Amino acid sequence: MTDRDGYALAVADDALISAQRMGWWISRAPQLEEDVALANIGLDQLGQARALLASVGDEDELAYLRDERAFRNVHLVERDQSDFGVAMVRLLLFSAWQSELYAALRASSDPTLAGVAGKAVKEVAYHLDHASRWVVRLGDGTGESHRRVQDALEQEWPFLDELFDGSWLDSALVDQGVAVDPAGLRDGVLARVLPVLEEATLTVPEVSPARGGGRQGLHTEQMGYLLAEMQHLARSHPGATW
Amino acid sequence: MTTTTARDVAGSVLDPELPVLSIDDLGILRDVTEDDQGRVHVQITPTYSGCPAMETIRTDLVEALTTAGYQHVSVEFVLSPAWTTDWISDEGRRKLEEYGVAPPAPAGADGPVALTLSVRCPHCGSVDTRESSRFGSTACKALWVCQSCREPFDHFKTL
Repeated sequence: MTDRDGYALAVADDALISAQRMGWWISRAPQLEEDVALANIGLDQLGQARALLASVGDEDELAYLRDERAFRNVHLVERDQSDFGVAMVRLLLFSAWQSELYAALRASSDPTLAGVAGKAVKEVAYHLDHASRWVVRLGDGTGESHRRVQDALEQEWPFLDELFDGSWLDSALVDQGVAVDPAGLRDGVLARVLPVLEEATLTVPEVSPARGGGRQGLHTEQMGYLLAEMQHLARSHPGATW
Repeated sequence: MTTTTARDVAGSVLDPELPVLSIDDLGILRDVTEDDQGRVHVQITPTYSGCPAMETIRTDLVEALTTAGYQHVSVEFVLSPAWTTDWISDEGRRKLEEYGVAPPAPAGADGPVALTLSVRCPHCGSVDTRESSRFGSTACKALWVCQSCREPFDHFKTL
């Protein structure tokens, strides 16, 4: 696999795995409107992933038939998010990062990366806005909602750092203008996230970064369960259609 | 002359989720070319990255052009430049409103996503409306409610 394809896969897998977690919420969200919102957000992310996967190979094979070690997504998106506070905090962090990433990737020398980014940056603005509103509403809400969303923030914050780790990336790709240096996105992401946390009366956690490793194919235990659900049908019934 | 005809046929294909709008009204038809062998190549662009209507539109394009006598039809999805709601024609906006969907506000060039302050109810014309959900029945729409006539309605999100 070329370095370019490896980079496109990383960006695609983040979106794909996040979309799979979003899909879990359909029929389980606290309001009917929220079912629809999270489904639509997941659909946008899935669309971004599909266009990128298709530029690497067969999108179905890549999504349904790759083994866990071949996925390059970060740990932030793959872990269980069956708590609504966790889901919204994570969407805040992830969509803030996607906003910065896609804004920068619009200038990529790779036409697919630039094309996907140009569309996605506008979609992600809606995701970020949606997550921001919920985090403010929950953080600056009742004592119980504040406590739970603060707990969610403590849990998710250690996984933010992996997004800014560029050690897996060949620096030549950045020099050629194909990829964006992940480390350079940190200030922009924090500039989007910190004012939301402040308005939500939340405290920025003082926690050590998690170990990471997703870009090298090293995943958390929960990734296996996620893939089992996502890939089961395609693996058990090859070529199934409906 | 024939290219114009193929374009007319392609442009008249309806959007499956908003069947009052043609893909020409919606502004997603990019280009239609015909070579000297009679092969027609159509370029369309998705509204949203994950828009599930694209496959249906591809099928409808092939069917419409084949019915019109073009035997070799290919459809290509192009992403860049990214579609914007500003490409919906004036005719398209009028049809949307008639259909009960409030048309999008102007997006402007490459700026931040504009927040919509007030949307006119497509049923009674009142501007006393509120957003019920930022995300609606499809990726491109938000759900609004009119405070005057009490009817819910879709608003085509500005993108």
